[in-house]
Amino acid sequence: MSGPAVLGERTPRDPLLEVKDLQVAYGAITALRGISLSLGQGEVVALIGANGAGKTSTLRAISGMLRPKAGKITLRGQDITGKKAHTLLPLGMAHAPEGRGIFLNLSVEENLQLGAYLRKDTDGIQSDLEQSFGFFPVLKDRLQQLAGTLSGGEQQMLAISRALMSRPSLLLLDEPSLGLAPQIIEKIFGILRDINQKGVSILLVEQNAHLALNLAHYGYVLETGEIAMTGPGKTLLASEEVKKAYLGE
Amino acid sequence: MADFIQHLINGLAAGTIYALVALGYTMVYGVLKLINFAHGDVMMVGVYIAYATAKQLGRGAQSSLLGVMLIFLVAMGGCALIGFLIERFAYRPLREKPRLTALITAIGISFALSYGFQLDIGFLPGAAPRAFPEIIRPTEWLVIGDRDVVLWNWQVISVLIAVGLMVSLQYLVFKTRFGRAMRAVSYDHRTAALMGIPVDRIIALTFMLGSALAAGAGILYAIKDTAVQPLMGLYVGLKAFVAAVIGGIGHVPGAVVGGLLLGLVEEFVVGYTASTWRDAVAFGFLIIVLLVRPEGLFGRITAEKV
Repeated sequence: MSGPAVLGERTPRDPLLEVKDLQVAYGAITALRGISLSLGQGEVVALIGANGAGKTSTLRAISGMLRPKAGKITLRGQDITGKKAHTLLPLGMAHAPEGRGIFLNLSVEENLQLGAYLRKDTDGIQSDLEQSFGFFPVLKDRLQQLAGTLSGGEQQMLAISRALMSRPSLLLLDEPSLGLAPQIIEKIFGILRDINQKGVSILLVEQNAHLALNLAHYGYVLETGEIAMTGPGKTLLASEEVKKAYLGE
Repeated sequence: MADFIQHLINGLAAGTIYALVALGYTMVYGVLKLINFAHGDVMMVGVYIAYATAKQLGRGAQSSLLGVMLIFLVAMGGCALIGFLIERFAYRPLREKPRLTALITAIGISFALSYGFQLDIGFLPGAAPRAFPEIIRPTEWLVIGDRDVVLWNWQVISVLIAVGLMVSLQYLVFKTRFGRAMRAVSYDHRTAALMGIPVDRIIALTFMLGSALAAGAGILYAIKDTAVQPLMGLYVGLKAFVAAVIGGIGHVPGAVVGGLLLGLVEEFVVGYTASTWRDAVAFGFLIIVLLVRPEGLFGRITAEKV
């Protein structure tokens, strides 16, 4: 294995998440062939790549939704490889999964309450709710509605808000732009930037490379289960290979 | 008219019992998408626990208020434990296997309990039916006309206990943090885990709750039927399963309505035609409901937005 092409310099930060030689397989099918990536405190890291490249599998392995075949995942230096999903939230990691994972049979309010399932500080929960309403005022109007009646964009806003309800230091986001209208995508990505500026680190999986690399400090390009290229977001965005393969230029 | 009222009373009393058992089916189906065919047999075990507890208490104490409460508590607690064990050791290892595997296992546990209890070794009771102790002495509470309509005390008590249990369950499922977690697990247990919800524990608690309700229902059934025998769970369980499907399996209030409807239908069939028609009409009723509304009366075919 030759290792990925590295473009440009990365601004050094305190490490938050470290993934080493991660391998994931579904039965006989290999999804990840040993990938390594890292994310620093306060950083937005984008993971881009085509459908089936292994982006979602990477997030799922990190958040404990599936067990990796090999490799090591550490969060703030603590080994979390193979830990169950529900034990990772208290460590400050929240995952808004592929397809948004909204509980459509529950109300918007109940969805948000579930995001704060492990918290007991009523005042803090309330102030985080207010923060979400500040980001996405439409959620406040729809609080008592069943989440299944929300539009796709509103569901994505709910998914992000719900993930923030655990007050995470690291937010894993899987394709937040999927199936949404351009102006809604723009709004959501604007708010992701705000969220990051408030100190939340973000690991973002996206098919829309342009959006993701514009937001991200650093990016990884995933190809058939391997990291093909890494570099700062803007540098990747400017590179010929990325332009050709992912930006259609 | 008097006949009609009498049948209505009997039907409601029987229906609430079906409803309680149906709730167990529907809750377990809700969180696991598994038809727990052993549920009726867990109920039967609960009745035997109640029987043994009543015998231990003796004639006087078993029909005192404290005694009756103790009998309910011991039987419900015992069944909660059995439900926990069944889930932990029979179903949990099969959680990620094809659903049919768990279903066959459920049938296996059902047979193991119902036929195992027919053995006459050790603490096992043997096949012969036994008279359930009179923990509630039957008295007529209301007599209209020349015994045209009779309302028995056990009917009232049974309905009150059943309604009390159902209202508590409704509160638990829809108004508490545990209920919220349960509904989240029921919708999508993988995402529920991402909320920090301990999915295994929620499923175990759901089983325990359903089993405890079954024990309560079983005692009420035994008071009505006055007999205990190891195969009673198969029969009552099947009927309650029908009630749960009629109401829309996975839907909590649906199970209650399904149970009441089934109790009433059966009672009116027995009252106005012949008792041999009872089961045929009960299952015929199921077939008709499924033909008209395959999702049950309250079940919803969820349309998902992408």
